[in-house]
Amino acid sequence: MSGAAGTLDLSGVHAGYGDFQALFGVGLRVEPGEAVGVVGPNGAGKTTLLRVISGLIRPRAGTLRFGGQDLAAMPAHELPGLGIAHVPENRRLFPHLTVEENLRVGAYAKAARAHFAERRDRVYAMFPRMKERRHQLAGTLSGGEQQMCAIGRALMSGPRILLLDEPSAGLAPLVVKAVFDLVARIRQEGLTVLIVEQNVAQVLRVVDRAYVLETGRVSAEGAAADLAADPAIRRSYLGGH
Amino acid sequence: MDPFLLEALLNGVLLGGVFALPVLGLNLVFGVVDVVWLCYAELVMVGMYAVWFLHVQMGWPLALAFVTCLPILAALGLLLHLLVVRPLLAAPPINQVLATGGVLFVLQGAATLVFSTDFRSLGVEMPPMELGEVFVSGTKLAAFVAALLGAAALWAFLKFTYVGTAIRAIARDREVMPLMGVDPKRIYLIASAVGGGLAGLAACLLVVQLDVHPFVGLSFGPITFMICVMGGLGNMLGGFLAAFLMGLIVSTGGFWWNTEMSYVVAFLFFILVIFLRPQGLFAR
Ligand SMILES: Nc1ncnc2c1ncn2[C@@H]1O[C@H](COP(=O)(O)OP(=O)(O)OP(=O)(O)O)[C@@H](O)[C@H]1O
Ligand SMILES: [Mg+2]
Repeated sequence: MSGAAGTLDLSGVHAGYGDFQALFGVGLRVEPGEAVGVVGPNGAGKTTLLRVISGLIRPRAGTLRFGGQDLAAMPAHELPGLGIAHVPENRRLFPHLTVEENLRVGAYAKAARAHFAERRDRVYAMFPRMKERRHQLAGTLSGGEQQMCAIGRALMSGPRILLLDEPSAGLAPLVVKAVFDLVARIRQEGLTVLIVEQNVAQVLRVVDRAYVLETGRVSAEGAAADLAADPAIRRSYLGGH
Repeated sequence: MDPFLLEALLNGVLLGGVFALPVLGLNLVFGVVDVVWLCYAELVMVGMYAVWFLHVQMGWPLALAFVTCLPILAALGLLLHLLVVRPLLAAPPINQVLATGGVLFVLQGAATLVFSTDFRSLGVEMPPMELGEVFVSGTKLAAFVAALLGAAALWAFLKFTYVGTAIRAIARDREVMPLMGVDPKRIYLIASAVGGGLAGLAACLLVVQLDVHPFVGLSFGPITFMICVMGGLGNMLGGFLAAFLMGLIVSTGGFWWNTEMSYVVAFLFFILVIFLRPQGLFAR
């Protein structure tokens, strides 16, 4: 029970904003080393789901566990220390700080500071472009570079699970491909990945399993290959028949 | 060049250094917490009394009184945040302004009760220094150097430490900070303590140049706020530069006309700036 080192486990999660309810009893499970996708239309609650997991929004009901720990009982700023890192929608870099300063903020947690130099060098090895631009203001990076920087910033806390919210949004097709290649590379490093995407065809190629979220409810789930072959999913999300 | 004009320019730079500290403190707190400490000059006044009390009444060495003033004011900044600002963080800005404005009158009143309205002087004066053709007050020069050192220390803190970097980050995006492991509440406390400490340093530099009385804040508070607005509220570098600009205006205004007139000129300049560049002189 307590073992399950690094299993993310949500069940019956209700959440919303003020009077508005965005999630209705969502259940989801991500095993260590897995890559799991969440797809669904605009406004389905995908971002809300990730925000609940990283503690930015409190669930109104339901349970939320990571490696046996009850997440709902912890303040949001302690979750990076547990190994949860969240790359938010629209990247949310600090545009007036340099690339390296953005990475430093990512290593703010006490336990992460001791590993700053070593992790920064790993991020630079993964993204040589970031090393070239390390003294440049993040606001002056291209969209794809900003996504690299945002992922790098999240990796600075030494996470076990990486939550990615639409990493391909607003990027040119070639850059989208690079971002998905990157997700595959992050997996090879042994990280667990939970990725929200509108780009369903692409994301189903890099994840093991996926959930379909519609108006705050899970409407389908399964192995990525099965979902990609499902006629209903093909019709709604893949433009197929 | 006319040595008197040269002297006025030099004094303007020295004055700018003294204006710079409270401007940096106000901007720091505003940038992080998003609340204007309207009572900032009165915090400085409390610090001036602290130095005067410890040195003149208690007979402590001046250096020790200075060093003690900083943590006292840092603690006062913390208290101000915990007791007044934190409960109003979600309140409309006007309530926050009224509350910190209320503290202004409380501090003036308390100072009057405790120390009366007498002007208190530290009675220290360093010999004037001769720089080429002009003389400058040694006290002003020492205060200027200390102000620059304080500003440099603040810059290094903001630039090179984890907390300082988080302070610069939070000024732009509060909401994502927990994702980086940052507790915004704690950053607010740190910024408030540092803001208080800067008021303490400003107090040390002013108390050697001005007599203390409960309303001494009025002699530099308004101009401090004008400088902040001119530099762009929350913009540290803008405020720092605007402090020197204002120092030069005040002191050369005194050269061409007279001291009273120089403040009128400074105020007119301020009005001109907010008409022409309401976002601040140095906004990008
Ligand atoms: N801060 C907020 N306040 C009120 N309602 C919100 C807020 N954020 C999101 N919502 C609402 O919650 C619902 C779910 O939003 P969410 O951002 O989670 O959707 P999403 O699946 O991420 O959509 P997208 O694909 O467009 O990013 C939407 O109806 C949205 O309008
Ligand atoms: Mg979203």
